[in-house]
Amino acid sequence: MKPFNIYIIGVGGQGIGLLSQALLRGIDHAGINAIAVDTHGLAQRGGIVVSQIRCGDPVHSPLILKNNADLVLGMEIHEALRGASLALKKGGALVFLDVSWQPLPVRLGQSPEITREDVIRACGAVRAIPIRVETGTLSDTRMQNMALLGAVSKHGLIPGVDKAHFDAALEDLLSGDMLKKNRAVFDTWFEEGE
Amino acid sequence: MIPHLTGRINFVNTNKERAMKKTGELLMGKDPFEEILMGNEAVVRAMIETGTKVAASYPGSPTPEMAAAILSIPEDQRPFYFEFSVNEKTATEVAFGAALNGNLSCAFFKSVGLNVALDSFVQLSLMNITGGMVVVLGDDPGANSSQNEQDNRNIYKMSRVAVLEPASPKEAYEYYKHAAALAVKEQTIVVLRLTTHVCHARQKIRFSAYENSVPARTNFNQANGPYIALTAMALDMKRKSVQKLKRAGQYIKQTGLNKEITSKNSRKKGIITSGLTFLSVLDVLELSSYQPDILKLGAVNPLEENIILSFLNSHEEVLILEELDDILELQIKALAYDHGMKTKLKGKTEDEDFVGEYTPDKTMDKLAALWPDMVTQYPLPPALPFPVPQRPAQMCPGCGHRSAFFAIKKALEKEDVTVADIGCHTLGYMPPYEMGEILLCMGASTGMASGLSLFNDKKRVVAFLGDSTFFHAGLPGLINTIFNRHNITLILMENGTTAMTGHQDHAGSVIPVENLLKGLGIESILSCDTYNQSKLTELVKTSLGIKGISVVIAKHPCMLKFTRQKRKQPGFIRTHVDIDPQLCNQTHDCVERFGCPTFIRKPGGSVSTHPDLCIGDGSCRQTCPEKAVVFGKEAK
Repeated sequence: MKPFNIYIIGVGGQGIGLLSQALLRGIDHAGINAIAVDTHGLAQRGGIVVSQIRCGDPVHSPLILKNNADLVLGMEIHEALRGASLALKKGGALVFLDVSWQPLPVRLGQSPEITREDVIRACGAVRAIPIRVETGTLSDTRMQNMALLGAVSKHGLIPGVDKAHFDAALEDLLSGDMLKKNRAVFDTWFEEGE
Repeated sequence: MIPHLTGRINFVNTNKERAMKKTGELLMGKDPFEEILMGNEAVVRAMIETGTKVAASYPGSPTPEMAAAILSIPEDQRPFYFEFSVNEKTATEVAFGAALNGNLSCAFFKSVGLNVALDSFVQLSLMNITGGMVVVLGDDPGANSSQNEQDNRNIYKMSRVAVLEPASPKEAYEYYKHAAALAVKEQTIVVLRLTTHVCHARQKIRFSAYENSVPARTNFNQANGPYIALTAMALDMKRKSVQKLKRAGQYIKQTGLNKEITSKNSRKKGIITSGLTFLSVLDVLELSSYQPDILKLGAVNPLEENIILSFLNSHEEVLILEELDDILELQIKALAYDHGMKTKLKGKTEDEDFVGEYTPDKTMDKLAALWPDMVTQYPLPPALPFPVPQRPAQMCPGCGHRSAFFAIKKALEKEDVTVADIGCHTLGYMPPYEMGEILLCMGASTGMASGLSLFNDKKRVVAFLGDSTFFHAGLPGLINTIFNRHNITLILMENGTTAMTGHQDHAGSVIPVENLLKGLGIESILSCDTYNQSKLTELVKTSLGIKGISVVIAKHPCMLKFTRQKRKQPGFIRTHVDIDPQLCNQTHDCVERFGCPTFIRKPGGSVSTHPDLCIGDGSCRQTCPEKAVVFGKEAK
């Protein structure tokens, strides 16, 4: 498989770590070479967190060249737009959770809040496909990451990686009740997500 | 780029709830296995395989996941002793002491931790370390989670230590084993130099078998020394260390740690590089019209002169490509001069060449500037027509420090000076609190505050210090303040943990902070929970009126840790606050002055709360003059 780059961006506390590991392990279960890195701002809720996954051949550094991601996952509206601006490739795809965690300048009234329309417009400018993920019905928002994974799998956005590969990845990473709950969300958004 | 924030910062994946299952079991596996692991975790497997018997650390990014991996092995099954030492210097000394007993030992910590450890560290190459010792150091090019991006390679020359530098998690595992073998063979110290994105990268690695744990040894013998480097003896010991480093050079040569990667169309051009920059080069060369040969240095001290000279000899033009300082460049240029080489040598030319991580982007720019015919740069998409708002890091919802800063601000006059220290509370410098105007490093606040207080009758000087930092490096500064009778107020931000790096335990769990302060003879020690904001304001006002040292302990447990623990308890019910629209007068104290990320500003100026973020602690309720912040159920 030729190189395929995935750039994930969100806010500390949104579960980017588990999402990134599930993707990496899913890709590995599909027999595809991969390297990943979790660069990050902070553990504190509020900083930007970024994960990068590079798969296929040949890939060397885990860091993706600017605007060279085939797939950008935005876990929040502002960060989805930031991801589109920094990482999205012409003709790529951007999957984003339609949730807003207002950054400080917005809360202080110094900057306008970013909207989903802004994100969709930014995708249009680079002829990328925007996929919006709605999670309003989710009871525990800490599992929004699984909704995003469900959407990635549903739309078959990573070449050669199927739902079964992600299922196996989740089984590697989680157990017991945690596995059950996360898989339920993953399955729901795989089957019914928008 | 991710906004830089000074501090010792946690890696996002240390969330224990979601840690990969069976990490400990995996790491302890007897048979060879293949698994996807992080660089930091792979190093721990190498520690196990090599029979490392003692490990000591102080938490700090990018290496705290090494400790997390070690702690994932139940203590009774762990094949070595591990401790969080009180600081990096002590960790180094503990590992050294254990190695003198004949045990292979390891100390690991972050880049700036070496500054703390340095007084002991520089002595180590003089010593005959019978068990061998590996120091794993995580440098942070790009200052992702540090107060600077210092290049510790500058220190290794002075300290006369061999340094191996892996480029990937796989190499981190392999190079630790080389470092351990060399350290044992030469009875010396060897450094494994990691950088942030090597520590935190993940890839599939093939691990070897692990036989059995090695026995612990206690066979210190002075006759293996000398271990006291006094005057003339220090020179003799230095002579031996020079010899040892030469022998390390032989080992490096024999093991083939430095490798040449040749290309069919190099056009007589070459690149000498090391670490993660090597992988950046490979990625850029995938997009290039021709591919220079590469000499990848796996050992960055001492340099293997023969392989470098032969590489220079076979190329017309060679670029020495290294991030941060020009350590390799200066040595290689000197070497080329000594040998009368005619090769054109290229290195750093711009100020920016010394700044930041050599990511594939930066490497591409550098190579394109030098060899424009080689690199195929692809067109970038147009920039967005509007900016994305910055997202500076902030304290968590319910953080006790937020209540503290909100309350302390009310006790201060505008001209008062506030001095910061390292920790989550460093974030107090952000709006809307804007407290903590100066920051150097761990434990520096009381010393700086003391200096600022000299000749200063008008401005009162306040120092902040966290509890883990208090034990790490804060004590000498505080004792100096007492000893020299400086006039400052210390606000000790006690949250009961090392929060910023992922909630590691610290000495305060055994030695209560307040007892220690009393023992130091400080007369004015006031204390309260930070959620009691009005009381804290009063205590700080009282304290500021006292001449000499006065201390206010501003206590509240780390709510990130506390909430995680609470969620696991049976019958846990999530609560949150709401804004009562009947009472809200849009004074915006909650969103603008208290500044909890839970508060959302809506178009038109009304305020609501974010159910995903609010932990229902209610510390915000007292900040609203209209009492419009109410618990969720009360609003209904």
